[in-house]
Amino acid sequence: MDTSSHDVLLVGGGGAGLRAAIAVAETNPSLRVAVISKVYPMRSHTVAAEGGAAGVAKSDDSIDEHCYDTISGGDWLCDQDAVEAFVNEAPKELLRLEHWGCPWSREPDGHIAVRAFGGMKKKRTWFAADKTGFHILHTLFQTTLKYNEIKRYDEWFVTRLLIEDGRVQGVVAIELMSGRIQAITAKSVIVCSGGCGRVFPYTTNAAIKTGDGMALVHRAGGPLKDMEFVQYHPTGLPFTGILITEAARAEGGYLINKDGYRYLQDYNLGKPEPKPVLRSMELGPRDRLSQAFVKEFEKGRTIDGPYGPVVHLDLRHLGEKLINQKLPFVRELCEKYEGLDPVTQLIPVRPVVHYMMGGISTDIDGATPIPGLYAAGECACVSINGANRLGSNSLPEILVFGARAGKAAAEYAQSAPDTVSAGIAAQAEDERRRLEENFLHKTGGTERVAAIRDAMQKATEEGAGIYRNEKSLREAAQKLSELQERAQNVQIDDHSRTFNTELLSALELHCMLDVAICMVHSALHRTESRGAHQRTDYPARDDRNFLAHSVITRTSDGSLRIDYQPVTVTRWPPGERVYGQQAPAAKQAVRA
Amino acid sequence: MSIPKTITLEVSRYSPERDPQPYFQSYEVPVKKEWVILDALNYIKDQIDGTLTFRWSCRMGICGSCGYTINNEPKLGCATFLTQYGRGPIRIEPLRNFPVVRDLVVEIGEFLEKLKKVKPWLIHEDGNGTGEYLQTPSQLEEFRQHSMCINCLLCYSACPISGLDPIFVGPAALALAHRYNKDSRDQGADERMAILSHPEGIWGCTFVGECTRVCPKHVDPAGAIQQYKIAGAIDGLKQFLMPWGQKGKQPKREAQKS
Repeated sequence: MDTSSHDVLLVGGGGAGLRAAIAVAETNPSLRVAVISKVYPMRSHTVAAEGGAAGVAKSDDSIDEHCYDTISGGDWLCDQDAVEAFVNEAPKELLRLEHWGCPWSREPDGHIAVRAFGGMKKKRTWFAADKTGFHILHTLFQTTLKYNEIKRYDEWFVTRLLIEDGRVQGVVAIELMSGRIQAITAKSVIVCSGGCGRVFPYTTNAAIKTGDGMALVHRAGGPLKDMEFVQYHPTGLPFTGILITEAARAEGGYLINKDGYRYLQDYNLGKPEPKPVLRSMELGPRDRLSQAFVKEFEKGRTIDGPYGPVVHLDLRHLGEKLINQKLPFVRELCEKYEGLDPVTQLIPVRPVVHYMMGGISTDIDGATPIPGLYAAGECACVSINGANRLGSNSLPEILVFGARAGKAAAEYAQSAPDTVSAGIAAQAEDERRRLEENFLHKTGGTERVAAIRDAMQKATEEGAGIYRNEKSLREAAQKLSELQERAQNVQIDDHSRTFNTELLSALELHCMLDVAICMVHSALHRTESRGAHQRTDYPARDDRNFLAHSVITRTSDGSLRIDYQPVTVTRWPPGERVYGQQAPAAKQAVRA
Repeated sequence: MSIPKTITLEVSRYSPERDPQPYFQSYEVPVKKEWVILDALNYIKDQIDGTLTFRWSCRMGICGSCGYTINNEPKLGCATFLTQYGRGPIRIEPLRNFPVVRDLVVEIGEFLEKLKKVKPWLIHEDGNGTGEYLQTPSQLEEFRQHSMCINCLLCYSACPISGLDPIFVGPAALALAHRYNKDSRDQGADERMAILSHPEGIWGCTFVGECTRVCPKHVDPAGAIQQYKIAGAIDGLKQFLMPWGQKGKQPKREAQKS
């Protein structure tokens, strides 16, 4: 089998991976760094982020306030040392992007403009109109082109981590174009593969978000942390799940029910004011807004649509000029995908799965417990997001922790011994055989990828959605384990080596099943409600037992094991999450 | 007109391991009002034929993966509704002017090489400074439109020159060079001129304007190239008339630090 060799390998070429690659190149230009991505890097899902990136920028704001918003938004499950590092470094990273050419929206005097965002009590969200992720990703990608030392493996899919002598030594990957399966060795590996929204039926996530990196680490015996915390974004389009950015509400949009009533006022989120109020109403945190939707549905106050119940997002009062200037993509998406114009019409929206707070357990430098193995971005869990991420914290997160992981992995690679070849070659050969026998050359299977995928998505939505309970979770666990059995019997029609996307979707299905099972088991064991994890049978937060991160691992006999790790609390002792009029500091009108 | 129950998709098929040349295969798919071409292709892949091969990802017109030739027009599969095509059939082929890898998948490696050639990154002497480079909204507006390219490559598919002359740098890459040149923070226009003024750069373009017409993001590559030709011609003329004039290191616009 072919083998190629590098010092540092990035698995994933989105925002975190590209930022990490630049950090490696800057730490030591003589290191051989490579980025493996299952799509061309500029196709990565960072591209779809819309609203903005939080970083303290203005004199009325402070590091402590951003920390507090993040920690209270995360229902005190965030590690506060990590949050402090994150909040401190976010503005520096955003400024670096500015120097790399990111077209940030500006104030009339030429300074960076910031906008309000959900759960934030100061305006601190940098934005590039409402295509912030697109501009960040393309800026990073174009900037990497000037580093000749960054090698790319575009459209390669990693199927296995190579771990030998207790440390990571590379990966096995398949090149889509040729079907070639090969080992790519490295002294350190950073997994930056993004989230796993496709585990659910309605999601803002792109087709590629199948939890591959989380599954790779899980299979290698690495820990996944806080997997029960899945974020529903309150405003997705009903059929496609396409995201309508929170910036639409930050600019002054209203959420209304079938009676035209701003229903969030009934859910302890403040009083409706004509102009947006920070940390209040439509600018509450995503978990609370998505939960309010379910309650409205239960009261019969949602609107029935062909794809289930919806509420309306009303932007009409903002006017065409502001919508065109601040929310052009929202208008484009509504016109192109819903056939409506938000300048004059209401937008039907529903909560859709958006973000995974949990992920590969890392320390503050992106290091996992497996020597040489790092993770950053949505696939990782440091954790700065706790039980509920605040909107506009994920873009700076990929930058801050991409950079940190890149630097740490580079330093590790500088002192790590060369990769050992004999054991690695045997493992790689074993993986090649698995791919060929179980997938490419397999005959006689009876299950279709799509059928199992649909059943999996139904199971997660029904059993582990916005509200869960022991019964629903047990049923989901049972169903998923049956589906995992059935997935062993998948038959693919396509036996070609050239760009075999059916093989890819079968491999992705296995990743999603692994991830879904970890989510459901972690959710089952957390018998409390916190942030995005709401148990109808345990409705209260229980700090005595669960001010802790869940850590799920696969043991050597294949069974799952859940442990708990303490949350790091530095300066913000656990308190009540207060949104709306009760918080005096939050009572600050936003200039629309 | 009422929506038909089903519609026929004639999809170009080609597998290099099996087929001497591409051929069309017809599939009948249900029609729903909200379905785009991509939904129909996924229906085929999931329910009828797992071997059908195409790229897609975000299904919201921003990742640039799903450019296909649909009834002879380069379009994004995610942004093209089935109902636009009446009773059909709808013919779906790979983007033109690229080698076909398989079915609707084309080889775009060369485009990435071209992209790199135009130095699409911010060139600024003080690149590692810590302050903010000021840029007013009107300075941003100067290049904003040209920064919207999603690399979907519909423009290369539509461009007759890209078809005839594979070394032509092409619309998206030229527009991107223009994007950086027009950015008040950038000082790299002269470095980029070497490739732009080359015959494979802007002078390859005969201003057919198809690139701008098909661009789903209104990037207007043709306009960018035209602006360049004018700038390039004036530059050339200046050199001819004023050979002593300084070319190169001019203090660039108002990129300031705060």
